[in-house]
Amino acid sequence: MTTSADPRVTFDYAPAPESRSIVDIKASYGLFINGEFVDGHGKAFKTVNPASEEVLAEIAEADDNDVDLAVRAARRAHRSWSQMPGAERAKYLFRIARIIAERSRELAVLESIDNGKPIRESRDVDIPIVSAHFFYYAGWADKLRYAGFGEQSLGVAAQVIPWNFPLLMLAWKIAPALACGNTVVLKPAETTPLTALLFAEICQQADLPPGVVNIVTGAGGTGQALVGHPDVDKVAFTGSTEVGKAIARTVAGTDKRVTLELGGKAANIVFDDAPLDQAIEGIVDGIFFNQGHVCCAGSRLLVQESVADEVLHRLKRRMATLRVGDPLDKNTDIGAINSAEQLARIRELSDVGDAEGAERWSPPCELPSHGYWFPPTLFTGVNQAHRIAREEIFGPVLSVLTFRTPAEAVAKANNSPYGLSAGIWTDKGSRILKMANQLRAGVVWANTFNKFDPASPFGGYKESGYGREGGKHGLEGYLR
Amino acid sequence: MTRADVRKTYKLYIGGAFPRSESGHTYVANDAKGRFLANAALASRKDARDAVVAARSAFAGWSGRTAYNRGQVIYRIAEVMEDRRPQFVDALSSTEGLTARQASSALDAAVDRLVWYAGWADKLTQVVGNANPVSGPYFNLSTPEPTGVVAVLAPQTSSLLGLVSVVAPVIVSGNTCVVVSSYARPLPAVTFSEVLATSDVPGGVVNILTGSAETIGPWLASHMDVNAIDLGGVAGSPDLATELEVAAADNLKRVRRAPLAEPDWSLEPELTAMTDFLEIKTVWHPIGV
Repeated sequence: MTTSADPRVTFDYAPAPESRSIVDIKASYGLFINGEFVDGHGKAFKTVNPASEEVLAEIAEADDNDVDLAVRAARRAHRSWSQMPGAERAKYLFRIARIIAERSRELAVLESIDNGKPIRESRDVDIPIVSAHFFYYAGWADKLRYAGFGEQSLGVAAQVIPWNFPLLMLAWKIAPALACGNTVVLKPAETTPLTALLFAEICQQADLPPGVVNIVTGAGGTGQALVGHPDVDKVAFTGSTEVGKAIARTVAGTDKRVTLELGGKAANIVFDDAPLDQAIEGIVDGIFFNQGHVCCAGSRLLVQESVADEVLHRLKRRMATLRVGDPLDKNTDIGAINSAEQLARIRELSDVGDAEGAERWSPPCELPSHGYWFPPTLFTGVNQAHRIAREEIFGPVLSVLTFRTPAEAVAKANNSPYGLSAGIWTDKGSRILKMANQLRAGVVWANTFNKFDPASPFGGYKESGYGREGGKHGLEGYLR
Repeated sequence: MTRADVRKTYKLYIGGAFPRSESGHTYVANDAKGRFLANAALASRKDARDAVVAARSAFAGWSGRTAYNRGQVIYRIAEVMEDRRPQFVDALSSTEGLTARQASSALDAAVDRLVWYAGWADKLTQVVGNANPVSGPYFNLSTPEPTGVVAVLAPQTSSLLGLVSVVAPVIVSGNTCVVVSSYARPLPAVTFSEVLATSDVPGGVVNILTGSAETIGPWLASHMDVNAIDLGGVAGSPDLATELEVAAADNLKRVRRAPLAEPDWSLEPELTAMTDFLEIKTVWHPIGV
């Protein structure tokens, strides 16, 4: 987008790309096991830049035997890591937090190249929170007895993370695990392994004892081998509800502890007395942040009937100013869809929205000729039975529904198998608190949306998973 | 001439009422020496489903009560149990083969356990919730909420203390539950349901099915409107426990796994007895003028 909705005004931005020269992407990457990069024995795969379809690097795939080596390395390392005084473990985590901060621009650029998210988000949101997350949990390592979840580590944690916030999800998994004295084997997503592999180098730079962190790359098969490995004590997964259920079945009958952070279909509820300017920004942030590749995205807009027309009018005007394009351009609001596969899924569900009778709208929007792109989109005339109101699209697609009374808003918001997050927009304090009580969701944002902080627990109700990540509650899944 | 005693066919407890099993089936509950004690209703799949509907209907009201009020209601259960001491002592003596003194102390422990949990109602939030100091101008608070409808497979051996020890931690936070009692020792559970019906517990908050955890468990484990399951009643049957845990994954129920053997119920419970059936909710709001 280079022009505003109003033809009299043009906003022509000069390109403002962040330089790629700060990152050094190798031609190929191995697995990180026992403190060293080693060859994988599966079928190597390529990771591509979703904004250009350029091949970035060849990535080793861990087969069952490689996963076993990683788990053994983690088991050996656990003996000393778990016995190390908490204050000493803390210092390693502080080191990692500091190195991440020092190398933050490098990490942000690499994340945007591999993932497709705008540099503005990787630079200002993802990477700062990653560093802060390690800093937060570092401080817990020698204070576990005050948390009330026991002081013993569980052992080896098998951790599988998604592609939408690659390094941030790594931090959410590794920081609390290590602070509590566990060692980890982590599998990054197939399409976004690069920042996890750079994190492995950071572990070396921090002189983290070998085996405390192991990174195995691969696809679903590698993840299954890791989760199903008999010698892991803990499984932590962030991803789809479907895979979460498969993991819950895999660990049934074992002693493995599990935390699952899965899908969502959050209601973002706008009342007629809402501060509309802020609400419009919140709606846009709720669904278009990170191309809508956010499990807690506000993908169902519930707007009170009396202000529906005005909200839609303002929302469309705002959407017309969103700039879609080069993730490395500092002016970009919406970057590339992470993969061809995800783009196909977004297209398919949007087509289902058309077929089921909802009305699609996108601002006029020029998309780059290469790479994977989808314009910011909203659907009106959506009812609760429509698949676009029930299923997680995981893309920049907003379904708009209306309501008349607070009770109706609650009923519609809770009418979902998911329960990860919800938003409330109103100027009335007592209404916020009543709504917050009645919404069955793990995170409720009132007059704000999509806020994250290391000190704030995150996780879902119902089929959005169980366990919490972040805050004091994030320790529970790693202690006994 | 001696008077023939009036023998009782015990019934289920669903939604605050005492229906017979819709299946029409009953089974014989014997005493510890194998002598006939009573006929108990044999709960069916349909009874389990009815009980889930009752528990779901009761959830909004019960979880919406103040914590103080839930504590009062649970304390009232203890009062009424104390009142029915002779009946419980009889049931425990015959069912578990305890001496009068042992049965009396088992009842003491069960009543004390209820009092212990009653006191937790308005403290749990303070112990497991907290404000979060986020790096920005936001009010941020994490508080526990009940998970929803919980299926409880009650212990097979400890028919009263064990039962109370798995029901009280579930309901104290506002959950409602469907309980499958000990199969071989259902009488104390039935007497307990009569206590619930005559105390202040709203109908549907606790539903008690007498029958087999092996038969009813799979229906509850796979029921899409049950949010969590306590598998304690199948302790010592790892294959069945695994099967139930697999079924529970259909809607990602929170699972309290079965131990290898029934625990010593006389020990003070751990916090996880309650926290396994809680959800932490975190609310954000900007701070400004």
